[in-house]
Order: sequence, then structure tokens, then C-alpha cells
Amino acid sequence: MVKEKVVLVNFWSSPFGSRVKIALEEKGIPYEYKEEDLFNKSSFLSTINPVHNKVPVLVHNQKPVCESLNILEYIDETWTDLSPRFLPSDPHQRALARFWADFIDKELYESSKKIYRGIGEEQVIGKNEVLRILKLVEGEIGDKPFFGGDNLGLVDITLIPFYSRFYTWETFGKFSIEEECPNLVAWAKRCLQKESVAKSLPDPIKIYEFILDLNKYFAK
Amino acid sequence: MGKSCEIKLLGTAPSHFVNRVQFVLNLKSIEYEFIDENLNCKSELLLTSNPVHKKVPVLIHANKPPILESLIIIEYLDEVYHDIHPILPSDPLERAHNRFWANYIDTKYFPLFEELRRTPGIEGKKEVKKQLDEASELLEEVFVKSSNGKAYFGGDDVGYIDVVLGCFLAWIKFVEKLNKFKIFDEVRTPKLLEWTNRIWSHEALKDAICGSEALTNHYAMLQIKKP
Repeated sequence: MVKEKVVLVNFWSSPFGSRVKIALEEKGIPYEYKEEDLFNKSSFLSTINPVHNKVPVLVHNQKPVCESLNILEYIDETWTDLSPRFLPSDPHQRALARFWADFIDKELYESSKKIYRGIGEEQVIGKNEVLRILKLVEGEIGDKPFFGGDNLGLVDITLIPFYSRFYTWETFGKFSIEEECPNLVAWAKRCLQKESVAKSLPDPIKIYEFILDLNKYFAK
Repeated sequence: MGKSCEIKLLGTAPSHFVNRVQFVLNLKSIEYEFIDENLNCKSELLLTSNPVHKKVPVLIHANKPPILESLIIIEYLDEVYHDIHPILPSDPLERAHNRFWANYIDTKYFPLFEELRRTPGIEGKKEVKKQLDEASELLEEVFVKSSNGKAYFGGDDVGYIDVVLGCFLAWIKFVEKLNKFKIFDEVRTPKLLEWTNRIWSHEALKDAICGSEALTNHYAMLQIKKP
């Protein structure tokens, strides 16, 4: 039997890293977790991700895989005998799932930064952009418990880590995501009942305090 | 006839994102109907097919929900028509590398060309060119590693990165002529230079890219709309 060695290099607050944690936990893949200090990056990180020098990185049998969505697909394609499969088998459904994951990935984080790092007009713009994204995605859940159907799929895993940041966005932006997107928040609560998600999401208050600290750091 | 002739591609000729889908359709010998979109006056079909981004390319296959985003479309075509000219390799690690570099090209490399266009003055453009040179040299390393001595990033045959970068060649040549400098050359990127000549003459690519007049017009429009 081949001995697999899986290492996840991450920073605790990264929603991108949380995606990979959830994926590994969902499939029950044993892994070693390595916390990287993003304010004092190790030379190890620059060897496993020389192009971007960012987390998360999955190192599988000494071979690194970078970029969170890339890692999710890699996990799904490598451990094919472990359920749940994150992507459906039908090519059309796969394309749809990839579209929504890509949309969330490209837009949500950047727009959300405007809420907690911007002031005045920029904050309002950020809030409106975030709500637009969340409402569009909410429309895709339908009657299913998860975007992936009965189990967590690619879109669920891509989006749910941002739930830890809802408190931060709401506090800075002075709005309620549950009021604006009740189905989405109901979905998030269903996700949190999964052990893989509960284990992998950072505490929302810790995230809020971290962002406050970061704002002070960048203000200097 | 194959699986279906019911493929429609909404696009516009100067878009290299659209061209890459055309390149893949040609490589897989898939017949399709090209619906030319006027991006200044978007059609009802485009707006209803892609309400989120309102962008091309859009692939409509046999009246199923439209497929959006060029790289997603390419993976879709590769999955449905998997037995004809595979674009992505089958090994998960190699697939991950291919996806990583396609993402790098789209999010880091191409934006440098846009920055070049929008930077006024020769000194400013020189700075951007330096960054472009570094990125091109990185892609040279990627080519050497991926091709493993063979003709394309994909090895013996055109693969995913060949498609992504290859379709941008028309723009690269345009930018080189406009700015009177070279993006790829014999000293810094010799293998990539050879590759550009090879892929530029590939039958499936020739049909997929537009002529220099269309590019010139598109560039002029960009200078006005997004200076």
C-alpha cells in the first residue's frame, strides 16, 4: 500500500485555506497541518509556491498544488474512491458548478475588502457588490439542502468559509445578511452542522478582531 | 456527424477568449455556428445567456443551459468530446499544473499587456515591459518543463496551455509592431519563440483568430472606451 503524505500549508484566517481543510475533512483524508505566518513568510512557502508565495498550498507526496479551487479539483480527481464527489458526473452540471465557484472566487473577497477597509462611498459600494453576489448565488440553491445536492459540493465548499466573515461585514457595513439573504444563511447553518465545516471555519469574532488589528497595521 | 451539430458559440472575432474556444472546437473537429456579437449593442440572447457577466464567449449546446467562461467551456468540451484530441492531460497533478498556469496567464500575464496599453509615455511603458520580460521568461521555463523536449506545452500535440497562450499571439504580434519591441526573442525566450512560429501555422489556430485590421479597430475602440 502506498503511504500517502498530505500537508496543508495555510494561515488560520484564510477563507481559501478553509476550503481545502473542509475538502480533506469531508473525504476523511489524513493530513498534516502547517500554519504559515503571513507576516513573516517562511522560505519553505517560497519553495512550494514560488510564483505567488501564497497560501493555501497542498503538498501531496512532496508535490505542491497551489490555488484553492485548483486544489479542490485535484483532491476530487485524485481520491476518486472517497465520497462525496465535489463535482457531479454530468459535464453540464460540472460546468455550472465551476462557473459559480469561479464567480465567488473572483469577486467576493475583493468586494468584501471594500466594506472593512474602505470608508464612506467605497464601503457602500462594497456592501452592494457583496449583496449582489450573495443574492445571485442564493438563487442557485433551490430546494436542495446544498448546492451540491444532498452533500457538500464545489460551490458549497468555495462559499461557506466566508460565513466566518459575515459578522465582520455586517458590523462594518451596518447591515444584516440574514435579512437580505435568508435562504443563504439557512444554507450556511446547514453546512455548519457538518463536522468538516464546523472544524474548519475560524471563529467569526476572532476574524473580526483580526481584521481590526490588520486595519490598524495598514493605517501606520 | 458525431455527437451533435447543435453547438452555437456567441463571440466576437478580436476576443482571444472566444478564439480559444474556436481553437478547441477546430482541434476536435466539432461543427458549430458562430454568432457574432456586437459588444456595443449586446443581443437579447447574450444578455439572457450570461446575465451575471454579460460577456462572451458563451457556448450553447443542444438547448441546454449556456456554458460560460472560456476555460470552463474548454473543460466542458474536453469532457463531452474526450475521445477526440484531448486538451487536458489525464493525470490529476498534470491537470493541476495546466490549470495553474492557465490561471497565471489569465490573471497575471495578460493584464500586463492591458497595463502596457494604458500606461502613457515611453518611460512608463519601459517599466511595464520589464515586468512583461520577467513573466515571459517564467513562461519559457514552463514551456521547457511542460514540453519535455517536444513541440508544444502539451507535448506532441497542442494542449491546454498552448490553447490559452496561443490564441493571444495575434495580440502579441500587434503589440510588438505598435511598440517596436519583442515580447519573445532568441536570447531570453528561444524555445517560446520557436513555439510561436510552430503554433502560428497550426491549421486549427489559423481559422480561429482574426486578422490585423479587426485587431487594429478593436485596439482603437479600447483606447477610446477604456483609456
